[in-house]
Amino acid sequence: MSMNNQGRPTGVGSIGTAASGSALLPDEPLLFEIGDNEHSGVDLPEVELAQDRLGGFARKSKLDLAGLTEPEAMRHYVRLSRLNHSIDSGMYPLGSCTMKHNPRLNEKMARLPGFADIHPLQPVSTVQGALELMNQLSHWLMTLTNTAAVALSPKAGAHGELLGMMAIKAAQAARGQAHRSVVLVPESAHGTNPATAAFLGYSVKPVPAKADGTVDVEAVKTALSPEVAAIMLTNPNTCGLFEPQVIEIAKAVHEAGAFFYCDGANFNAIMGIVRPGDLGIDAMHINLHKTFSTPHGGGGPGAGPVVLSEALAPFAPVPFVRRNGDALEMVEHAEGQALGRVTAFHGQMGMYVRALTYMLSHGADGLAQAAEDAVLNANYVKARLQHLFSVPFPEYPAMHEALFDDSFLKDSGVTTLDFAKALIDEGFHPMTMYFPLVVHGAMLIEPTESESKQTLDRFCEVMAELASDAKAGNRERFTAAPMKAPRRRLDETRAARQPILKWERPANLPQAAE
Amino acid sequence: MRYLPHSAHERAEMLGTIGASDIDALFSAVPKAALKNFSLDLPAHSPEFLVEAHMRSLAGRNHAAGDGPFFVGAGAYRHHIPATVDHLIQRSEWLTAYTPYQPEISQGTLQMLFEFQTQVAKITGMDVANASLYDGSTGTAEAVLMARRLTRKSKIVLSGGLHPHYRDVVKAYLKDDPDLVCLSPSPEGQGDILEQIDGDTAAIVIQTPDFYGHLRDLQGAADAAHAQGALLIVVVTEIVSLGLLEAPGALGADIVVAEGQSIGNALNFGGPYLGLMATRKQFIRQMPGRLCGETVDADGNRGFVLTLSTREQHIRREKATSNICTNSGLCALAFSIHMALLGEAGFIRLARLNHANAVRLADALAGVPGVEVLNKTFFNEMTIRVAQLAAALVERLARRGILAGVPASRLLPDDPEVENLIILAATELTSDSDIAALAAALTEELA
Repeated sequence: MSMNNQGRPTGVGSIGTAASGSALLPDEPLLFEIGDNEHSGVDLPEVELAQDRLGGFARKSKLDLAGLTEPEAMRHYVRLSRLNHSIDSGMYPLGSCTMKHNPRLNEKMARLPGFADIHPLQPVSTVQGALELMNQLSHWLMTLTNTAAVALSPKAGAHGELLGMMAIKAAQAARGQAHRSVVLVPESAHGTNPATAAFLGYSVKPVPAKADGTVDVEAVKTALSPEVAAIMLTNPNTCGLFEPQVIEIAKAVHEAGAFFYCDGANFNAIMGIVRPGDLGIDAMHINLHKTFSTPHGGGGPGAGPVVLSEALAPFAPVPFVRRNGDALEMVEHAEGQALGRVTAFHGQMGMYVRALTYMLSHGADGLAQAAEDAVLNANYVKARLQHLFSVPFPEYPAMHEALFDDSFLKDSGVTTLDFAKALIDEGFHPMTMYFPLVVHGAMLIEPTESESKQTLDRFCEVMAELASDAKAGNRERFTAAPMKAPRRRLDETRAARQPILKWERPANLPQAAE
Repeated sequence: MRYLPHSAHERAEMLGTIGASDIDALFSAVPKAALKNFSLDLPAHSPEFLVEAHMRSLAGRNHAAGDGPFFVGAGAYRHHIPATVDHLIQRSEWLTAYTPYQPEISQGTLQMLFEFQTQVAKITGMDVANASLYDGSTGTAEAVLMARRLTRKSKIVLSGGLHPHYRDVVKAYLKDDPDLVCLSPSPEGQGDILEQIDGDTAAIVIQTPDFYGHLRDLQGAADAAHAQGALLIVVVTEIVSLGLLEAPGALGADIVVAEGQSIGNALNFGGPYLGLMATRKQFIRQMPGRLCGETVDADGNRGFVLTLSTREQHIRREKATSNICTNSGLCALAFSIHMALLGEAGFIRLARLNHANAVRLADALAGVPGVEVLNKTFFNEMTIRVAQLAAALVERLARRGILAGVPASRLLPDDPEVENLIILAATELTSDSDIAALAAALTEELA
């Protein structure tokens, strides 16, 4: 069966037949190709609208939404799901993304009606348990980071970053320093860092890294001036290294009247081991989905609470929870210097439940152990592979992720991308490639604490075997990969040049199916 | 610890392979002054049954929407979610997958997003939709920024009927910008937004049904905006309304932003929710967020990839279209499954049922002495005026087990004109006995 009539339905009778994979891994037609406008998987009564109150705004245009009955929907979505790799089905060593075990207890708790079935605007007296949960989560985050305040509401890490930088901007303005227009961002930063600074109207000044992959305190001192509002530093950084001079950097930044924003995306490497507040940070977002195991769900939702130092605490945005006698209250409107809001309602409650459940399951001791095991696993992979893959920054131990470069592929005719795709045929999700940008042909491996020694051994054996095959000149295995995935390599250029972003009903069905 | 795979023996063996004396040697880059220099005043690890007991006790202190008559809306709505939706989204391959950066082994997520984009485009009547944003409020702020990029003009006018939280988010994103005009809320109906449009206007933002439940004339607004070269941004906080109301795309909208929570996603005390955004074809390169596109693989088979990502922060850095770094993938999945289960027929039936219940609610409330229903038009939400402080009345009703709606003062605390107003919503879950209980309780409280 061929599906190369792009945008068109498969032929009649093709549903459920085997394609590029095996008989148990069929191609799945689009919902609109199997559904029907009269099919429905939800039984609802027909009601008469004798007197509608729509004031003449009733729909006249067609909806044309395909429907599925319940068994059709089960098959469609179960079959589609099987075309995905996931952390529950295999190792996902995606550096800087942190794919760790997602405990099902978290899911069970998030679905309790007392959490899932409560409205953000019902009376505060009827949601005291929810406010208590937010209070406890805040306490854990502030204790683990040794900071004075936390803003829970941001919807994702980058959103938290935006809010943290807004707090810094407001604090500078309150000090009469609104003219400070520059933000320092190391070259190794996440792309969201310069994007956030630019979004707030700052000009971004890059800070070079030293040859060892860490930020040079002298370079920071040189870059600092009365125009600098803040530095945005990721620690542990995107090369998987802890910034050894972070305390000196913080001191220099503060002495220059600037604030220290820390990108906390990699907090999972140090939770319970190092408190960022002790390093001198003023604001740091914490990706709950990375560090505290809320599932990624194919790309989101995330949650990006921001912890704030004493200096920034007055600028914490609304909403926040405050104790008032025996009860908890929700401060929903900005008072004093508090910032307004960056999202409707109170943020990602569903993620708060999962994160607190994970924290309670681990306890302070378990979180520290998890961080240690994440670091242990990364260094174990590094130790087992460093004789085959070159390590660009060997001076310091890896933190939670091991960074290699692709110099071992030189003259082999195999690219880093080819190598990653060959890993798919061995049953592993590829590592992060070509990031961080400061390393040419970067390969960033993050095993996380969830992976057993046996899995890591198997992964390292496969990596070693692939490396020697590439060096031996067996190009075909790499350039043709993946061979055993639901799809072969996809034409991304075509997708961008001739964007097809939705299904269109073919003008003439019988012809299209030919 | 039940989630951690290593034994002490294995840890020692691994440290041996690394050549490290102990685990602290792996933290040698951490300044000594900061490494494990504290004891955390937090509990130790806990067995599953104790964690569950703790969480249940917290959950038990909340009044769940299903515990009694419930009329709370104002941007988040309680609808029934078919059991199939929650079952399917909990499958490991959906729940525990990451962003589909390796398309060959992420076709499930990618095809679903392609289907989702198609559904959103069809419902809103627009050409293209993205793969979702954080929520409706941040989506509105993104739409405003998008309109500025498209028109290269700066004046933005927000209707007074826009949800106050959405207005506040736009204000935060456009901090201190004098070109942002926020009109006053107008509980009685259509405001005077059209008079604000001039040649410098990038966009006007209109919510329908608006914050008070009134339906707004989009066609007239689109014509007035387009006559001045401005764009019309339409905000929909109750997506179910589009089963019954004309699609914004058919009425001249340029960008449609919606909160998709109503379909497939629980109330969750405010999040995670689902931002929907759809626009015209010629605007796609300025649309923020992820996009999934169709292509072919090396064998010529149809497949899907994330596309047009050159707009995004991980490539353009400080020149990026937005700093959005994710979408609401799992919420989009829940929406898409629920919408597929409804289909055209079910979606229309659901919308009609919502409206029919709301009509019953409005009629019942109009019969309560001391209650004035302000709406001439509505979908499933309306505003009433009572001769008392609305917040105190809602509190008293809550003590009687009835969650009666949102006092407008909760969202507009500085506006004395709204302190007697309550916004109430009915959905398909609102029963006749719920309505009767509310009417009886209100009659007693207002007597």
